Amino acid sequence: MRSHAYREALLKTLQSIKRSLPILLGVLMLLALGGALIPRDLYGRIFTGNHLIDSFIGAAVGSVSAGNPLTSYIVAGELKRQGVSMLAVTAFLVAWVTVGLIQLPAEALMLGRRFAVVRNIISFVMAVGIAVMTVLTLGWI
Amino acid sequence: MIRKSAERVGTGGIFLLVVLAVYLALGLIRPDLVGNAVSVLGRLMLHLVPVLILVFGIMFVTNLFCEPGGIVTLLGEGSGARGWILVVSGGIVSSGPIYMWYPLLSDLKERGMKDSLIAAFLYNRAIKIPLLPMMVYYFGWSFTVVLSVYMVLFSIINGIMVQRLVGGEQKG
Repeated sequence: MRSHAYREALLKTLQSIKRSLPILLGVLMLLALGGALIPRDLYGRIFTGNHLIDSFIGAAVGSVSAGNPLTSYIVAGELKRQGVSMLAVTAFLVAWVTVGLIQLPAEALMLGRRFAVVRNIISFVMAVGIAVMTVLTLGWI
Repeated sequence: MIRKSAERVGTGGIFLLVVLAVYLALGLIRPDLVGNAVSVLGRLMLHLVPVLILVFGIMFVTNLFCEPGGIVTLLGEGSGARGWILVVSGGIVSSGPIYMWYPLLSDLKERGMKDSLIAAFLYNRAIKIPLLPMMVYYFGWSFTVVLSVYMVLFSIINGIMVQRLVGGEQKG
């Protein structure tokens, strides 16, 4: 009885692995290509100095970037050092980890197209919202 | 014939084939770039194998011990505050990149997990406790604390909004 349950759970898991692996491999290949295509110094060159516009640029750049959050801290720290506003830097940080344009096809295939699109749009808008709230709160503290 | 082949490889297989085609096309124009991408890919894959084993291990355990009814109670309709606490804490303590968790979430979704809780889990993947000292180093304590608190609060708002817009028939 117990071995039957094990076999069934194993079969289900193997089916999920079979379904997921090509998608995960595709995402990894896109991420690797994105990393090779986008030079790191590009980030600092696209901000305008306008706080509002820069917060959207920050969120947009964070959305198309991907990788370890640690990399986002390093890039954001460098942007801050270059004088980019905290609003833009925070929007960039939040969008980096919550919005994923590169992994959007995989998210759509596994969790549903509508879910993936809606979640990413909401997360993009929220990245700007969280940046505004964070900077306002820090100013108030 | 094409349709039969497409059905056999599945949507995931087609996606992978498209990405491979992009690599091939780029390789013809910029072989150096594709070479770089392939070496990055190798490093990424080595780095992610343990996470993948962890995710598939959890999937096996949930398949073994959690009946669909149990998943619905914990993470489905009527899961209430317990569901939110589970996904917020699960999202924070889970490791590895976000996309590695799609297979498990897809599996749980098929068994009754709500879209709102999936969205909240994915949002909380942004808060990584081991990386907080690094954030403190770059941006200071107050920034790290304020941002982390907002991220948790907004993850719930994110989940509710996703549920409203995606699965209107379910309650958030």
